[in-house]
Amino acid sequence: MPLLSRQDLDFCLYEMLDTDSLLHTPRYGDHSRETFNQTLNTAEQVAEKYFAPHNHLADEKEPWFDGEQVHTIPEVKEAFRHYVNSGLLTARLEFDAGGMQLPHVVAAACSGYVTAANASSAAYPFLTMAASNLIHHFASDELKNLYLPLMRSGRAAGTMALTEPDTGSSLADIKTYATPTEQGHYLVKGNKMYISGGDQDITDNIVHLVLAKIKGAPAGVKGISLFLVPKWLVDDNGDPAQRNDVQLAGLLHKMGYRGTTSTVLNFGEQDNCVGYLIGEPHQGLKYMFMMMNEARVGVGLGAAVIGYRGYAESLEYARQRPQGRHPSNKDPASKPIPIIEHADVKRMLLAQKSYTEGAIALCLYANHLIDRIETCADEDQRKPLQELLDLLTPIVKSWPSEFGPKANSLAIQILGGAGYIREYPVEQLYRDNRLNPIHEGTHGIQAMDLLGRKLWQSNGLGLQTLLREIQATLQQAAEFPDLAPYSEQLQEALLLVNATTQSVGEQLQQQGPDIGLANASAFLSLSGHVVVAWLWLWQASAAMKGLKSGTNAEFYRGKLHACRFFFRWELPKIQHWSNLLQSADDTCRTMHNDYF
Amino acid sequence: MKVLVAVKRVVDYNVKVRVAADHSGVDLTNVKMAMNPFCEIAVEEAVRLKEKGVATEIVAVAVGPKEAQEQIRTALALGADRGILVEAADVQPLGVAKLLKAIVDEEKPELVILGKQAIDGDNNQTGQMLAALTGMGQGTFASEVNVADGSVKVTREIDGGLQTVDLKLPAVVTTDLRLNEPRYASLPNIMKAKKKPLDMKSPGDFGVDVTPLVKTVKVEPPAERQAGIKVADVAELVDKLKNEAKVI
Repeated sequence: MPLLSRQDLDFCLYEMLDTDSLLHTPRYGDHSRETFNQTLNTAEQVAEKYFAPHNHLADEKEPWFDGEQVHTIPEVKEAFRHYVNSGLLTARLEFDAGGMQLPHVVAAACSGYVTAANASSAAYPFLTMAASNLIHHFASDELKNLYLPLMRSGRAAGTMALTEPDTGSSLADIKTYATPTEQGHYLVKGNKMYISGGDQDITDNIVHLVLAKIKGAPAGVKGISLFLVPKWLVDDNGDPAQRNDVQLAGLLHKMGYRGTTSTVLNFGEQDNCVGYLIGEPHQGLKYMFMMMNEARVGVGLGAAVIGYRGYAESLEYARQRPQGRHPSNKDPASKPIPIIEHADVKRMLLAQKSYTEGAIALCLYANHLIDRIETCADEDQRKPLQELLDLLTPIVKSWPSEFGPKANSLAIQILGGAGYIREYPVEQLYRDNRLNPIHEGTHGIQAMDLLGRKLWQSNGLGLQTLLREIQATLQQAAEFPDLAPYSEQLQEALLLVNATTQSVGEQLQQQGPDIGLANASAFLSLSGHVVVAWLWLWQASAAMKGLKSGTNAEFYRGKLHACRFFFRWELPKIQHWSNLLQSADDTCRTMHNDYF
Repeated sequence: MKVLVAVKRVVDYNVKVRVAADHSGVDLTNVKMAMNPFCEIAVEEAVRLKEKGVATEIVAVAVGPKEAQEQIRTALALGADRGILVEAADVQPLGVAKLLKAIVDEEKPELVILGKQAIDGDNNQTGQMLAALTGMGQGTFASEVNVADGSVKVTREIDGGLQTVDLKLPAVVTTDLRLNEPRYASLPNIMKAKKKPLDMKSPGDFGVDVTPLVKTVKVEPPAERQAGIKVADVAELVDKLKNEAKVI
């Protein structure tokens, strides 16, 4: 069974998003459909050969700490090496920086293959890429020249060290601090927790990006700085020379994503932890957000493809597993039917299809936006696109993270008892995917980010741009009378979004954020569903066009049916969320701690 | 030493093909196509010979539709130096062998490496036909290839063991599954491959007639497996094996 459907990826890339248009831009002019295809082939091969085979093993034999060193199964190191050697690690970088200057949308599809194969082994290179991008953007030339070659060649991996034992989402309260020295570096002291990849035996060195406060810094988030803290201090050649004072206090044992170490780290136990300031003092959170925004889009994609894997597994199972007969058939001697023939199993498969293919389309669209931003020469045109990406980021992170695990849960349901035992892959997919609504900003935080910040940023330019994009799809869809009911329903949904936004805007202004943001998660659900419904209408238009070609009719009809499912079974839910929001429902807010 | 390596565009091994409605063949519209896995092994062997300093130039050749350029580009990304595509649809093994012979006459390679068969037609003919047409020695089903002193030693996987043949160069080698583990095309090499030359040719350029000589009568999917039954005892089982299945 392929890890992902290439047909579906190609459909999104070329029939929906018109990735070919990038070929006319100076940035991507050296590429062709052929280089995109070949790159996807390589990503698929690397994923199938080096990531997928140990996915189950890495879960069973999670990393262990012998008191001195962390051990991971050797397959993880091998996979990491191939990810680097194939060029996938640096695929998005410019040619000058040794990269392939691959469009983000194609690179995202490549990452999708690798995460679908093995999410926990994929985390090491993904973190390394994100950390090196941050260093590339904000660190001094000296730090860049020393550490970027190490990271891009896979000699050092990256981490992001934000969370502390007492400080999770609330970064304003972090206690790790840094003291300047006469030599120019800082001494970092403090404890960090849940640091993915915080220690491992895969790479010679590890580069931690650590949030800490310089002594005497302003209180709250405005006093946070960012430091580069290597596990090993390196010599001029980048070789590990002296062990830095970063100690592993222990490994955390997770529900899923077990192949990726989750660590508790002590910085400066001996008061000798060398850290280098990245950029300016007190600007650390701003820099970290660049990495986090990129990571958030990546989390969404991960959740989408893990969801998709469960869909594919349960689809295959439902086609092969004979069980029961149609309710009208009372003949016990008749042949049992494959369970895919039962209407309720079809419901669960359609839900998974509409969630996961919708989520993949959403994440590819976000990457397509990044490409449009990067290839847009005109600042006036770029600004609205950037605002749209900002607005969508919490949705791109959260919608797949909510509905990917839901899809995985349905996959388990379809397999029944087989789904609940570890011999089948779907239970691990569910456990792996369950991390996604938690890390990189929890679901609740994304909801507040969307409703409290992104929606109003630049006078609502993001939302205006979104509406323009949706109008373009409605125009396309108008060519096909079959799609008229969906277009109408989407337009009504937009009116509802408008009314709800106005209403919560007034609540925020008149009654303050405590009341205005209390039901933010309902707003996130509502916006997420409307955005995904829009992307389904877009896919349906592309499918109608595809049907005219006369080939592949089943694939396109499948798209149309999934669109129909989403509009009939899912989109109507927004009315309920809107009611809660517009009435400023206070059921949750007024519940008292003591009443529980 | 110049090495010619043949690559074929076939349906990807992961695709479950379906028989076309008119039973003329399998339905290939919009399915994923890829390089034949045995040809990947052939390309890999050629690249390894070049890395060892034995081969100096690798020419990748395909006979197929225009889209087969993709498979030649893949070969170029894997390490071949240039490519030749003879554009022609539905050419049968004899036609391909004749075209390859014409190219061998022009290019004069010392070694021609092909996959032992393609996973679409499963014919296992082209390499042998090419050897016969050119008069070159053939080492088929190779699991080991060693070139030295104007000859090539080929270890062949045959029924019941391994056979080693020593062929004078130029020679034809066809690859079996265990010859090597093919690499993937790295991203920088995919970009470099774009700049490598790829010649487009037609059968007419070589004066070769590729009209099919074999007619496909009908293509049918394998019969669906019937549900099993439970037997009451060993005696019934033995009886069925003897009289129904007639296997004992």
